[in-house]
Formats: sequence, structure tokens, C-alpha cells
Amino acid sequence: MNHDTYPDNYIRGILNSVKSIAMVGASPVNVRPSYFAFKYLAERGYDMIPVNPGHVGKSLLGKPFVASLADIGRPIDMVDIFRNSSHIMPVVEEALRLSPLPKVIWMQLGARDDAAAAKAEAVGIKVVMNRCPKIEYGRLSSEISWMGVNSRTLSSKRAPMPTQGMRLSLNRMSVGGGETAASDRAAKNKTETT
Amino acid sequence: MTDRLPGFSTLAVHAGAQPDPTTGARATPIYQTTSFVFNDADHAASLFGLQSFGNIYTRIGNPTNAVLEERVAALEGGTAALAVASGHAAQVVVLQQLMKPGDEIVAARKLYGGSINQFTHAFKSFGWNVAWADPDEIESFERAVTPHTKAIFIESIANPSGSVTDIEAIAAVARKAGVPLIVDNTLATPYLIKPIDHGADIVVHSLTKFLGGHGNSLGGIIVDGGTFDWSKDNKYPMLSEPRPEYHGIKIQETFGNFAFAIACRVLGLRDLGPALSPFNAFMILTGIETLPLRMQKHCDNAKAVAEFLAGHPAVASVNYAGLPGDKYNNLARKYAPKGAGAVFTFSLKGGYDAGVNLVSNLRLFSHLANVGDTRSLVIHPASTTHSQLDDAAKVKSGAAPDVVRLSIGIEDKDDLIADLDQALGA
Repeated sequence: MNHDTYPDNYIRGILNSVKSIAMVGASPVNVRPSYFAFKYLAERGYDMIPVNPGHVGKSLLGKPFVASLADIGRPIDMVDIFRNSSHIMPVVEEALRLSPLPKVIWMQLGARDDAAAAKAEAVGIKVVMNRCPKIEYGRLSSEISWMGVNSRTLSSKRAPMPTQGMRLSLNRMSVGGGETAASDRAAKNKTETT
Repeated sequence: MTDRLPGFSTLAVHAGAQPDPTTGARATPIYQTTSFVFNDADHAASLFGLQSFGNIYTRIGNPTNAVLEERVAALEGGTAALAVASGHAAQVVVLQQLMKPGDEIVAARKLYGGSINQFTHAFKSFGWNVAWADPDEIESFERAVTPHTKAIFIESIANPSGSVTDIEAIAAVARKAGVPLIVDNTLATPYLIKPIDHGADIVVHSLTKFLGGHGNSLGGIIVDGGTFDWSKDNKYPMLSEPRPEYHGIKIQETFGNFAFAIACRVLGLRDLGPALSPFNAFMILTGIETLPLRMQKHCDNAKAVAEFLAGHPAVASVNYAGLPGDKYNNLARKYAPKGAGAVFTFSLKGGYDAGVNLVSNLRLFSHLANVGDTRSLVIHPASTTHSQLDDAAKVKSGAAPDVVRLSIGIEDKDDLIADLDQALGA
């Protein structure tokens, strides 16, 4: 898998097929990005499990925190890692000890560990790095367009009716709508400064 | 397998727009409403807290305006955009996110006269200082940078002179200084030049000009390139520090590579208030659908008219970067190979009186203070926009007494040439 750019079908396929998501590094603080993503995904029907050893005993939007992936005690479809790149490998190794294995390992915006990704892909797990599932859901459903964000999708088809007021469906037919210089330049700047 | 990338003309027609899910309307509806109902208290709270995508109030966002924003972001290759009431509003909203009293901006000396006024007078009253630099001398930008510099501002094709700016060279200065490069791309439009591809971080437009293109609606837009790290050295606290009104959210941390556009919306537009009318957004969107066709015709006509003027005995000189031998021809060929735009100046052997005469004798060209209309436009700056300046100041600002500015429209070029020919001979 090329982890610089992902085809929309790859991301949409993942978001359409997973039902349970364990979020490692979820925060109960309601201004943290992980809280935003957790709440958004929970509202769209995903079975969300907050994983954070610092908050065991508390709950996030009614879901009790667990200390580790092993403590979840039931199969999960996706592990969403809200940690810096340097903390990815141990989480992936922990995920690889689960039985059954998760179908997807997702690393948040800014997080990337190619060696960890290769380990997961070697056992058939799909990997996404340096993306946010909330942003990708918003982009592919075109909800994010309401904020003037370039969804990089085009469609001549009438989208499914919104549900619960303004929620748009992921099941929208679209084609790629161009690219931005942002990711390329960010990667280049990183190389220049390190 | 990666997705196929659509071409510019396809994006100009489709980006941001899709059939309305409720009614099936294919054209973008005009959502002429101030406000949008909430589902429940939690939905309202999550929208106000920036946790959900959605609409609250048209000063902060509107679904018609959002189509325009996404379309221009796609055409410029940016991550997001924010439409505002005018090009001037775009500039003040951008700089409000970056500047505090005592901060400085380095700006190209060759700017639209209205921008020079805004920077010199309004911004000075905010305590924002401007250091002017000469786009023909890149080192002057380097010399103007100080520890207080927060941004560099240039025009891709400058108004009124039509000169082409070396964006990549100035982007290198900005990168070295650790500040964003802001490019006003009004006269080029992304059809001719995409500044983000050449190193710009933020693009602004007066949508009133070629993008809207029909001289009927004011508008402005800010495009976020998604390329600048606002949190690197804490120079931009509006983006990197917790925002008290949003319960401590950090804008860049939360919104990643479209954080600047969000800051312009939820801090700048919210507090300064220059919202774009959804009706204007609709008019401008309709204009953008034909941008590639119009812009090519504008450029082809402009080149033909410039060639005609260059050979006319009453004309002293023509400044059009599309002409071989022009001072900016090499830059035009590098940055704008499809055409050097449609706004340029020329000077008359007969001086001030000849300028006044020409304008009054033209029958197809309209004498007015705008550019980028389907109609051809003319103005004699020395007797109008720059009349309050003394002669030395007129020359310095590119508005010498013998200078006439044209904005070439999409009429038949032979008719434009015939009109100029009869007016020059009259």
C-alpha cells in the first residue's frame, strides 16, 4: 500500500465495513481532537471503545475506558491510534497479539510509522496513516464541504437524504476531485528541517 | 491504484457542487437565509463548539457560499477556502489572524492602488506596519524582513502594470524568514497561475474581477494552501494557542492542514463580519463555470490589442508581459504560459491631454474603475483614481500623466482594435 495517498475507495471501504473502533489515546477532555473524533464517530453509529490507562474508572460519552486493547475482551474491527509517531509501534504490537486480529489499524493525523505499518500489513491488516477518520468521513460524505473544505470529490449523483437533520451519508457516489500541494509540501518541509 | 485527477475545466464546473439531496436541484440553490435550525441542544452545542460540521448563521457560513469556497479551493489546489464580501475584506481577515499591533508585513510596492491605501492607512491605524519591497529586486524583500515580520504579500500579476512576479524567488525568502507568503491572484486567476504550486501558503482574490467575470457582484476569497506550520515557533498564537471563546481549543491542532481557513471563519469572519451574500456567491459560481473559456479569450484578445497598440504611431510604449521583448516576458512564459492576463497599461505620445481624449472618444470600451469584466474597460489613472497625487507621485505609482490602463474583455478583437484605432486618430 502506498501510504502517501490513499484512493477514496480504500478509505470509504474501511469506514463502511468496520463497526467497532477502539480509540487508543482517547481523551475525556471535551476540547481535545480525540474527543471530537470519538463523539463524531459514535454519533454515526460506530461502536466506540475508549482506551487510555490514565482514565480507567471514568467513561467517555457513556462508554467505560479500558486500560489496554487486551482488556476490551471482545473482537474489534479497527484500532484508531491517537498517539505520536514514536508511540505507535507498541500499540501495533499489542494489536497484533489480539485474537481475532483487528481488520484495520488507523494512525491519526500527524502519526506515521512505516515499520509498524509493514508488520500489520504482513498479517493482512489494512493500514491508514496520517489521516483522521472524522475528517475522512466528513470529506467522503461531503459534510466537511459546509466548512469550505476541499473534499477532493466530485459527484453528479443525488446524495442519499440526510439523516437526523444535517448528517450526510458516506454512501455517496463520487470521483476524485483533484489534489492539494499540502501533504507534499509538509513532507518536504519536514525533511528540510530535520 | 490512485484516483484519476480531473482537469481544471472539470473542476471549474463541478467542484463543491452536487445535486441537492432534498430537492434534486442540479444548479446550486441560493440559500438566502440568515440562520439554520438545530436538531437539539446537543447538536447546537457541538456546532458552536466546532465539534461538528454544519451551518449555524450566514455570517459564519452558508451552503451556497460553501460551494463557492470549495470550488475556488479546488481550482487553486488548496485545502479549504473562505468567501467574504470583497477582496479588501479577504486581506483584512487574513492579516487579523497573523498580526498584532507592532507587527510588520513586507509587501510588494507594485500592488493594486486600493490595497496600497488599505495597507498604508487602515492597517497603520491598527498598529500593523508595512515595509515596502520591490518585486523587481528580490533582495529588497530579504532586506525588509525583521524579527517582527509576520507575512509577505505580493500580487501574482500586478495591477495596474500587468507585470509578472517571480513567486518562487519570493517564496524562498518567506520560507527562510519562517513566515507565510500571501499572494493576491486576482488578475491571473488559477487558470493562468496557481501560486500554491509555486510556494505560496495563502491565496486571496477579489472575486469581483475575472473569477466572477461579469462585473455584477462583489466578493473576495481566502484560500488556505495547507502548507504552513502555524505552531512551529509560536509566532501565530491565534492558531497555536488555546482559544478562550471555544473552551480552549487550539485551532491548528484541531483542524490540521485547513486550520488557517477555519481561523479566518470562526475568529475573523465571526468578529469582523464581512460576510458574502449568498446571492453574490451564486452569481460568482455561475461565472466560474466558464472561467477557462473566458480567461483564454481575455488573454488572446489582450495580446492582439497589445500588438496593435505597439505598432500605432500615437503610442509611446506598451507594458504587456505577453509581448516578446517586454521586461516581464520571461516571467510570463514561466508562470503564465497560457497568457499574460488581460490588464495592462500603455502610454501616449500626446501626454495627459491625449489620455483624456482617448477615453472620451472610445465607443465600446467603458470608462470605469474596475477590471476583469466581460466588457472591455479603460481608465486614465492620472485624471481619475490617481488625480489627487502630484506628478512625481503619479509616476512612481505607475500612473504617469500619459498612462492609460485597459482591461480587455471577450468581445471580438477586431472590434476592440477598430474602436481604439478610431479613438487614437480622433
